Amino acid sequence: MLITCKDITKVYVTGETETRALRDVDCTIRAGEFVAIMGPSGSGKSTFMQILGLLDRPTSGAYLLDGKDTATFDDDALSRLRNRRFGFIFQSFNLLPRTTVADNVALPLLYNRDERLSATQSHERVMAALAAVSMEHRATHTTNQLSGGEQQRTAIARALINNPDILFADEPTGNLDSKTGLQVMRILQQLHEDGKTIVLVTHETTTARHAERILSMVDGRIVNDTPVTDRVSACDEDMLHK
Amino acid sequence: MFKKFLFPLTTALGNMRASMTQTFLTILGIVIGVAAVTVVMSAGASAQKLVLNQIRGIGSNIVAILPGASDENGPPAQAFGVINTAFTNDDLVALRADGAVPHMRAACGYVSGNAPVQYKGRSERDTFQGVSPAMVRVEKARVQQGRFFTDEENMRRARVAVLGVNRAHSLFGAVSPIGKKIAIKGRRFTVIGVMAPRGAVAFTNPDDLIYVPLLTAQQQLLGIHFLNFARLKVDSEAHIADVKRAVTAILRARHDIRVGEEDDFSVRDTASALTIITKITNVLAAFLVLVAAIALLVGGIGVMNVMLIVLAQRLREIGLRKALGATRRDILLQFLVEAVVVAIVGGTVGIVVGIVATWGIAQLAQHLGYAWPLIITWRAIGIAAAVSVAIGVVFGIYPAMKAACVSPIEALRYE
Repeated sequence: MLITCKDITKVYVTGETETRALRDVDCTIRAGEFVAIMGPSGSGKSTFMQILGLLDRPTSGAYLLDGKDTATFDDDALSRLRNRRFGFIFQSFNLLPRTTVADNVALPLLYNRDERLSATQSHERVMAALAAVSMEHRATHTTNQLSGGEQQRTAIARALINNPDILFADEPTGNLDSKTGLQVMRILQQLHEDGKTIVLVTHETTTARHAERILSMVDGRIVNDTPVTDRVSACDEDMLHK
Repeated sequence: MFKKFLFPLTTALGNMRASMTQTFLTILGIVIGVAAVTVVMSAGASAQKLVLNQIRGIGSNIVAILPGASDENGPPAQAFGVINTAFTNDDLVALRADGAVPHMRAACGYVSGNAPVQYKGRSERDTFQGVSPAMVRVEKARVQQGRFFTDEENMRRARVAVLGVNRAHSLFGAVSPIGKKIAIKGRRFTVIGVMAPRGAVAFTNPDDLIYVPLLTAQQQLLGIHFLNFARLKVDSEAHIADVKRAVTAILRARHDIRVGEEDDFSVRDTASALTIITKITNVLAAFLVLVAAIALLVGGIGVMNVMLIVLAQRLREIGLRKALGATRRDILLQFLVEAVVVAIVGGTVGIVVGIVATWGIAQLAQHLGYAWPLIITWRAIGIAAAVSVAIGVVFGIYPAMKAACVSPIEALRYE
């Protein structure tokens, strides 16, 4: 099993008030799955994804990655996992301003301690990642010259650069119009077909239906875990729009 | 490894470009601090050298007698504006008596005053100095044109004057002043000579002076019988102590000072003056370095302040970098490199400003007539450079440590 969560809770303490963001969350995710975590805002879905992405630690409970307890990993080990095995796609893209598309995409290579690439090798990797999202023609543009869709595609290329096996996408279409949102979903579905595990966080049912399985969350609990029967293909939909 | 440093460096430069005003203000503190260190150390060295050169220029084997008691290491009473009339012409005559002070080559008494000096239409207040004819031997001064006055002229209070080279120029321009009549305090004097240029000494420039015979100055211009000070030329350094002892004994006897009572005069020699001035200038330099250090401290706090502001502005970016695999060390290094880059840029500009200022000070001093040597001490520049890097590290470490502890979830916060 790729991901196993046992009784995960997350409690935020601000002053004297405690907020229970997650309550006894149990779930497993297999390698190669496309899972959507769905719920209204405040349901704990983002917190859950942050814990799965090793961006944050649970207050209690166990999170096993490949059967290993992540609680035993130190800062360096966590950084290495985020760098090599995880790719993150954010709602607000989080690209570095005043920096070219190519440099943004290359950023994770800087923190990759396992592979020391030459400048040419890095460039090839960057161009390959950009080609996967059809952005190679924009490589030398700075990020503020890009449209929203192009920015998100750049962010996806950045997530792919170290060839991770799990992609975490937090509301990746949240800042995009429906058409460019579909393009992004099509890329994610394509990456899934290529064998990546994808964890998608969204509050929209239509977006969630691009996944194979939906975990519905309410008040910090998973209330429903169902496979998607009427799965949407972004590719077909995109065709319909045209 | 190289890339690891290069990348933070380019990021740092990029961020500096992006916030020019802020960077400028940060750097300004360091620029001022480093420039101050460079100037203080370089100009300080120049000033010290100047003063020492001048004292050496007057001549080593010199013993000076000043009226009034003073502490060996302190300033003379005159420095506080005290006029002491106890040291007179007769004392000087007694010291000059055959065999009274062994090893003494020459002795010169000095008085000075300020009076209107007129030549044709020009009338200005100028400083004149009444000196013994022995002055040229005591001070190793040279006459450029004409001659210096003689003992005979001094004895008969002759109204003759020898001009410093600047004064000759200001009064007569290109015309030869020899034989011309000038009026000092309304009395007519004949110019008989012009001194060779000597350069400013401490707060007076002998090139600006008008020299007249000592007795003429005392009796016809000032109406006094005492001396401002006297200088004795000793035949060799080995005999300075002997001369000081002999002078002290003679003056104590002449002034009826009993055993146990304090001298009413001070006897100094150039060697001890050198030591005192070196001591004073060293203390002054240390004080100025302290002032510069405070400027640097302020600059350093500026760097820290800006790095903390940058940190607050870049929480998301730091969170993102961590989400993409940056370790705490990576972030720490990035922020440290940025702080050091800011400090080095400031330091470099500061050194340049410091060198230019040092040069400017030298130009100004030379313009004012001081033989000011332009000394730019590489030690000062080395120290300034090292200090600016140190500031970057010391004042960058706290913001860098804070940055290293930023949680990667900062990247996921929505605006």
